[in-house]
Amino acid sequence: MENGLGIPQTIALFGASSEIGQAVIREIIQVGVANVVLAVRSESSVAQFKDELNGTYPGVNILVHQFDALEFESHDGLIARIVTEVGDIDVAVIAFGVLGGEPCESLLSTDAVQVAQVNYTGTVSLLGALATQMKRQSHGKIAYLSSVAGERVRRSNPVYGSSKAGADSFAQGLSDRLVGSGVSLLIVRPGFVASKMTAHLKPAPFATTPGAVAVATAKGLASGKRIIWVPGLLRFVFSIFRHLPLPIWRKLAEKG
Amino acid sequence: MSSNRELTRLSGWGNTAPSMCHVVDASGLDVIKTAIEESDTRGVIARGLGRSYGAPAQNAGGTVLLMADHGDSSIGLDPQTGLVTADARVSLERLMTELVPQGWFVPVTPGTRQVTVGGAIASDIHGKNHHVDGSFGDHVVKITLLTSEGNVRELTPEESPSEFWATVGGMGLTGVILNATFKMIPITTSSMRVETSRAENLSALMTSMQDDRDYRYSVAWIDLVAKGSRMGRGVLTRGDHAALSDLKNVDEASALKFNPKALLSAPPIFPSGLLNKWTVSAFNEVWFRKAPAQIHESIESIGSFFHPLDGVKQWNRLYGRSGFVQYQFVVPFGAEETLEAIVHRLSAENCASFLAVLKYFRKGNDGPLSFPLEGWTLALDVPAHGGHMAAVFAEVDEMVLHAGGRHYLAKDAHIRPDAVMRGYPRLQEWRDVQQRMDPNHVWQSDLARRLRLTTR
Repeated sequence: MENGLGIPQTIALFGASSEIGQAVIREIIQVGVANVVLAVRSESSVAQFKDELNGTYPGVNILVHQFDALEFESHDGLIARIVTEVGDIDVAVIAFGVLGGEPCESLLSTDAVQVAQVNYTGTVSLLGALATQMKRQSHGKIAYLSSVAGERVRRSNPVYGSSKAGADSFAQGLSDRLVGSGVSLLIVRPGFVASKMTAHLKPAPFATTPGAVAVATAKGLASGKRIIWVPGLLRFVFSIFRHLPLPIWRKLAEKG
Repeated sequence: MSSNRELTRLSGWGNTAPSMCHVVDASGLDVIKTAIEESDTRGVIARGLGRSYGAPAQNAGGTVLLMADHGDSSIGLDPQTGLVTADARVSLERLMTELVPQGWFVPVTPGTRQVTVGGAIASDIHGKNHHVDGSFGDHVVKITLLTSEGNVRELTPEESPSEFWATVGGMGLTGVILNATFKMIPITTSSMRVETSRAENLSALMTSMQDDRDYRYSVAWIDLVAKGSRMGRGVLTRGDHAALSDLKNVDEASALKFNPKALLSAPPIFPSGLLNKWTVSAFNEVWFRKAPAQIHESIESIGSFFHPLDGVKQWNRLYGRSGFVQYQFVVPFGAEETLEAIVHRLSAENCASFLAVLKYFRKGNDGPLSFPLEGWTLALDVPAHGGHMAAVFAEVDEMVLHAGGRHYLAKDAHIRPDAVMRGYPRLQEWRDVQQRMDPNHVWQSDLARRLRLTTR
């Protein structure tokens, strides 16, 4: 539960090595939070982040849990272990995801299948487990970090784009199902985010930063919005992009 | 099963941290038993009039038993002894309305009459007479409790001391209090003889409170907005039930008339931030000036002496939609310097407290979770918007705990589980009894979850 000052007691980050995810935690953590759970595939990858949080917020209990998006059967058990250890989860940030390799090489490879499974099936599995727990609690907020890449899939990354599109659609449906339950789900759709995941790519127009995504996510969580775009202008840009004829979209997307 | 039931949004009197609960109108014992049987892992908690400030009477995703008095709950007085057996749903207001005209007053009343007997015991409430009479639990001789296994048990301090005292101040986590027997105070009039004086700063105030033992009721209001040498200035009101001879031109029969004034209601339209440092400062100035510089004696009604805020129904709306939190702690005697440092810290924060109340407690009772502790208690309201108060509270919490003090669970909105562990050294003892009384972990509330009170 949030306490009387509106401060969540337990925050969980899934995909805790994500730069955006960490930025969101930095934005929403404050004095009065009791626990932050970092769920991550490789625990050593968040050692530095854990130290940083311990240093800045000595009163907050920082816990690390092993989490693999591809081990679908383990997700329920992970949520149960967290709840046993620290109680109800008040805020969950879903930040895991993989971009995958260059298209033509990976399109038909096992890599493509894995990207799809992490980004789509992994999200379906974890969101399902989380939503079930939060419905039981009748409270809780989830922020799912989606991407504009799913809004209209580009030829340069069809696997990533479509997996995000699928997960985004799933999240929308789930968000609708949660109305009236006391639980809310926020979908965050950033544009191109300059981070280590995209360091090898040329920034697209309307590029943003992990910090900007974090600020917008924190605001979205506080205001109870269901979908936000970062930067906000992308909402209007994509309402045009969505309707562009295929050849024009292909040409436009090629440049990005 | 529970997922098909309707959810209702509940919060405490502070209007903060609302949660969605399955509310059951607990109209009879069978209804309560059924609700317990049908409850799931989120458990059950009883709720009276919802005057706890935080979250002890709500249960996110679980069941809340609404213990509402529809005017038919029983009150049985033994006029020889002053012992009354009342249904747990009965409010202190109803007790006063029915028993004051017969010459009996409740043993303890907080700043509102709108609390139930069940809530009074579960929070082990205190009032202006704590330094003389102790808290509500000190006057209870028997509690009838419904256990999680569906048994009705009678608890007395003599025959079942550990269960009795785990229930007094136990925040409803040992069972549903069905009724209780307690001692009333004999009175001859429904008026109060009141002495009002003011003190220019905190130490003057604490000095003048040293002779509180000469008065049955005593409380001081302090101004947290005043700075410098006037820091902690306050108005001290003390008194006792008036004797017939204190009243002029009143006969024996009309001297006991009790008529709680019809309540006005604050409309739900007050903006958050209406109570800010300027409006509160102006209000506090008027309140302080209104009190006479010299000791002043007056006759007041029970309502104006004990329950001034009951005059405005839902005065909590004055804090706007974002609500407010109430902060109440006690520090032992000898920690006056800590108290002064805390008042100093809060005063520096311009925390816009509408009311800050200072009082001293006598020794507490045997309830491991009962709040009162021999020492000074300070209570204040703080608007819940403005997140910086979390850091200020964290600082003040540490000062309180370091001095050997503790926080009042019925008002708490923010403390951490370790603050209960440190403030209530008998917590584990209480947990052991609680676990024995509730092996299936039925009794749960948002407060209990946040503070991990019933962790096993």
